Amino acid sequence: MIRLLVLWLTLTASAFAVSNPAELLPDPAQEYRARALGQRLRCLVCQNNSVEESEADFARDLRRVIRERVKAGEDDAQVITWMTARYGDFVRLSPAFSAQTVLLWASPFLALLAGGAAVVLARRRQMPPPVPLTDVEREAVRKLSGS
Amino acid sequence: MNPISRRLMFLGPLGLLAVGGGAGALLLHRMADGSFDPRGVPSVLIDKPAPKFSLAPQAGHPGFDGAALVTAGTPVLINFFASWCLPCIAEAPQLLALQKRGLQIWGVAYKDREESTARFLAQHGNPFSRIARDAEGNAALEFGVYGVPETYLIDKTGIVRWRWVGALSDNVIARALDPLLAKYA
Repeated sequence: MIRLLVLWLTLTASAFAVSNPAELLPDPAQEYRARALGQRLRCLVCQNNSVEESEADFARDLRRVIRERVKAGEDDAQVITWMTARYGDFVRLSPAFSAQTVLLWASPFLALLAGGAAVVLARRRQMPPPVPLTDVEREAVRKLSGS
Repeated sequence: MNPISRRLMFLGPLGLLAVGGGAGALLLHRMADGSFDPRGVPSVLIDKPAPKFSLAPQAGHPGFDGAALVTAGTPVLINFFASWCLPCIAEAPQLLALQKRGLQIWGVAYKDREESTARFLAQHGNPFSRIARDAEGNAALEFGVYGVPETYLIDKTGIVRWRWVGALSDNVIARALDPLLAKYA
């Protein structure tokens, strides 16, 4: 297991901004957890990067805090709580489900419902069948089609 | 199509356009005068006690810690600044003007060398009655700071009432800070 983790860390290391090896935790399992946590947190300086991807000074500070807390034995929820107590819900890249975010999380389902309703309504309101042709029109069509 | 629904087809989108355009214009106006920042992140500390921290003082100046904010007995403006920060130079005249009006302004020198801070104060003036040094940025993390300058208004009971990210302008002071200073005097 540990060997697999080490392999995974070496193979994926280039995808992250941790440029200083001294930043890494010596225990690969803890480092893996710290990375997963960092990827769930937003760098507030370059707002659509995660803390783990960003080269900003601020992101480096948060990476340090994450690793200090993981090393001290805190679980994921405790680290995230520490972050949101200081930087608010916005620091989480995927927002928590709360009264404020209900609409956000429900929006795909609401869109699906609205689309379904539109389809049902459109099918129910069908076009009336076309008025049958008069004898004169039928004669004209016959002449045009040459039959 | 009857005339009513025809009129609706014209006025409906026009109304939407008017409302949307009005909202957009208001947004741009508030961005231009500095009272709205689309990248701004609201502080979670508002109406909560200021965080605890302890820092070393800047040489030659009285320092402070989190407890001092509660015992100050007056509203205090906490300003995170650094000598390497350009907007900090831009807001220096505003801070000096606030100090002249009698407001207590305490500075936190964020990730700065002591001698650089001293040079910065000599060059751009010192609006601070106390200065603490946050070389590692730990107190800044407690406050939720993510860049300098950032300014916090702490009322006389030690509760955080306001946070501003970026340089203070005359406009921001007049529109946002002054009403709060009057309220929490």
